[in-house]
Amino acid sequence: MTTPHGEYEGAPRRTAVSRVVGFLGSSIVQVLLVCIGLFWLMPTLGLFVTSLRSPQDNAASGWWTTLQEPAQLTLENYASLLDNPSFVASFFNTILITVPSTLIIVAIASLAAYAFAWLEFPGRDWLFLLVVGLLVVPLQVALIPIAQIYGGAGIYGSILGVVLFHVGFGLPFAIFLLRNFFAAIPRDLLEAARMDGGKEHTIFRRVILPLGGPAIASLTIFQFLWVWNDLLVALVFADAQAQPMTVALQSEMRQFGANLDVISAGAFLSMVVPLVVFFAFQRYFVQGVMAGSVK
Amino acid sequence: MAKVRLAGISKIYPDGTSAVSDLHLDISEGEFLVLVGPSGCGKTTALRMVAGLEEISSGTLTIGERVVNRVPARDRDVAMVFQSYALYPHLSVRDNIAFGLQLRKVAKSEIRRRVEGAAGTLGLTDHLDRRPRNLSGGQRQRVAMGRAIVRSPQAFLMDEPLSNLDAKLRVQMRAEISRIQRDLGVTTIYVTHDQVEAMTLGDRVAVMKKGVLQQVAPPQELYERPTNIFVAGFIGSPSMNLLQGRLESDGAGARLALGEQALTVPASLLAERPALRDYLGRDVAVGIRPEDMEDADLVEASEGTVLTSTTDLVEALGSELLLHFRLNVSPVVTEDTKELARDAGADQIDTESRYSDLIARCSPRSGATSGQPLRVRVDTGRLYFFDPLSGAGIWGESAPALQHKEGSHV
Ligand SMILES: Nc1ncnc2c1ncn2[C@@H]1O[C@H](COP(=O)(O)OP(=O)(O)OP(=O)(O)O)[C@@H](O)[C@H]1O
Ligand SMILES: [Mg+2]
Repeated sequence: MTTPHGEYEGAPRRTAVSRVVGFLGSSIVQVLLVCIGLFWLMPTLGLFVTSLRSPQDNAASGWWTTLQEPAQLTLENYASLLDNPSFVASFFNTILITVPSTLIIVAIASLAAYAFAWLEFPGRDWLFLLVVGLLVVPLQVALIPIAQIYGGAGIYGSILGVVLFHVGFGLPFAIFLLRNFFAAIPRDLLEAARMDGGKEHTIFRRVILPLGGPAIASLTIFQFLWVWNDLLVALVFADAQAQPMTVALQSEMRQFGANLDVISAGAFLSMVVPLVVFFAFQRYFVQGVMAGSVK
Repeated sequence: MAKVRLAGISKIYPDGTSAVSDLHLDISEGEFLVLVGPSGCGKTTALRMVAGLEEISSGTLTIGERVVNRVPARDRDVAMVFQSYALYPHLSVRDNIAFGLQLRKVAKSEIRRRVEGAAGTLGLTDHLDRRPRNLSGGQRQRVAMGRAIVRSPQAFLMDEPLSNLDAKLRVQMRAEISRIQRDLGVTTIYVTHDQVEAMTLGDRVAVMKKGVLQQVAPPQELYERPTNIFVAGFIGSPSMNLLQGRLESDGAGARLALGEQALTVPASLLAERPALRDYLGRDVAVGIRPEDMEDADLVEASEGTVLTSTTDLVEALGSELLLHFRLNVSPVVTEDTKELARDAGADQIDTESRYSDLIARCSPRSGATSGQPLRVRVDTGRLYFFDPLSGAGIWGESAPALQHKEGSHV
């Protein structure tokens, strides 16, 4: 590609036919990828369009008929959803559950990961193995014992209980992820900071956190999505006052049919927030943060 | 700045590796001490113990008047320049240099003044707002230096700071480091395995082998009076030719038999090194520096100073020729020469070998060509002798005559 044009044409095996084949090959792949992408987005698109149609229309015909009759589109579903106090409450519950769980996990995990990666203390590696071992414990086995403990502690049904559960089960993975990332930061850098007079907490704040940015951003997004989309934990631990959107939407499902208008609009709303979070953090996924540091 | 004193410092790693054994070094205020030795001899370990990055297994480390064995790195007030530079990638050059001052809560205006001073010294003024990734290797190296000098620490510690630079830049930075250190007068410990760096930079050079200090001396003394075969072979480039010889008494002087050839050892040399007398009639290890040999056709060569052989290879370096030739003499096989061979990347020395390959450093006017007979004149007054078993240099008491003569070199 970088050779001059003349040489390029003169290259013996690059005949016109092979170039055409090459071009077709690459464009076929691209077209294929775009098709798969669109296909993948189909349900989301369907959900979105459905949320913009009246219940009567939805009962009468499929969402794709909107293509012929754009006049069907209406914001009524969203308006009525936002007028519904119990749905609005569930939306705030979701935020009250998700934001603290995510923040607590990221805060504890980054401190723990620094300790596991860079501080020397007896039993460090065994403790880390234990944390990694906790990764394989399925959340389901803990539901009943924890429910009993919560009952005893008087937090069963509260938002606090749900948050604590998420924190407990989110930490092992979070620590594991961040420790491995922090451990890859060159040792020289930390030693340089120590020679420069840094105490551990300064090094953590001024060297580790900025350099760990990409990993922390990924963790934040994952954790946010998991907790935001969680149904099981909330279903078990949240009572009517504390129920998040996922539970509220699920309760609109009926054995025979469903309130499609409420569900589609609510589901779409619940998708928008994580997307916003994702795009807000994705600029931290910068490649090559370590460039120029060592060597 | 302060003096640094290592008294019997040892390091045994948790896995049992003994990296440094009983190291004694007294570094005076403002001195530039270079630690050299082959790879794995414990230089970095020793330096890291001074820095406080590695625990000291035994011995006492004193910086200034303070014993600092148990003082953490951040409170030792020494600055280190890392081989990898270890710049903070997320900070600008300015903040990289200022980092240590910021952590020490120095006033903003003072930080600004000192950072700009250091940047001026190092020619970084135009790059202060750039990130390390946008700098060249040489500039990164300067930033690493800048980070050390702004703090005006008690001592600088440098671990092969130039080894990631290309040859030309290395020469330039070497001169710069030397100038800066002299200007600031900060006590410096500098680790390298490049002996040219060691010789040019150091006020004194400490040679280590397998964790054990061999000799500490000013560069010229190290070159002139190596304490053993290891130091002799390590210092100097190309390195000293080491041969198995035999001393025979010959009137006032002596005769040195090298295989079927012989050199005359002048009586003055025997007088300078009285201990040599004990080796008359015995085997000795002989060292001949390449620069102490010359093509005999170019100089007046008296009887008993000439070795004959056949030229194997001529390396023309412009200002000089390196002539490789072979003598029918056994090489010296001791622990030291094995270690030297390992460092040079050579295979194990063939202990049965009856040949030695030598290098002579000759004037470019020499007409030697490979495959042709060669006559080499040896400066017999500058021969080195070592005990063939222990490898210790044979010098005897330093006679007044010697002091006088060598005074001109130092
Ligand atoms: N953390 C460690 N644990 C165990 N052994 C170690 C450790 N660090 C170094 N060593 C060993 O200690 C010895 C000295 O190592 P050191 O790094 O001090 O050598 P060096 O002289 O700096 O070598 P180089 O010129 O290659 O940098 C080596 O044998 C090395 O393998
Ligand atoms: Mg080293």
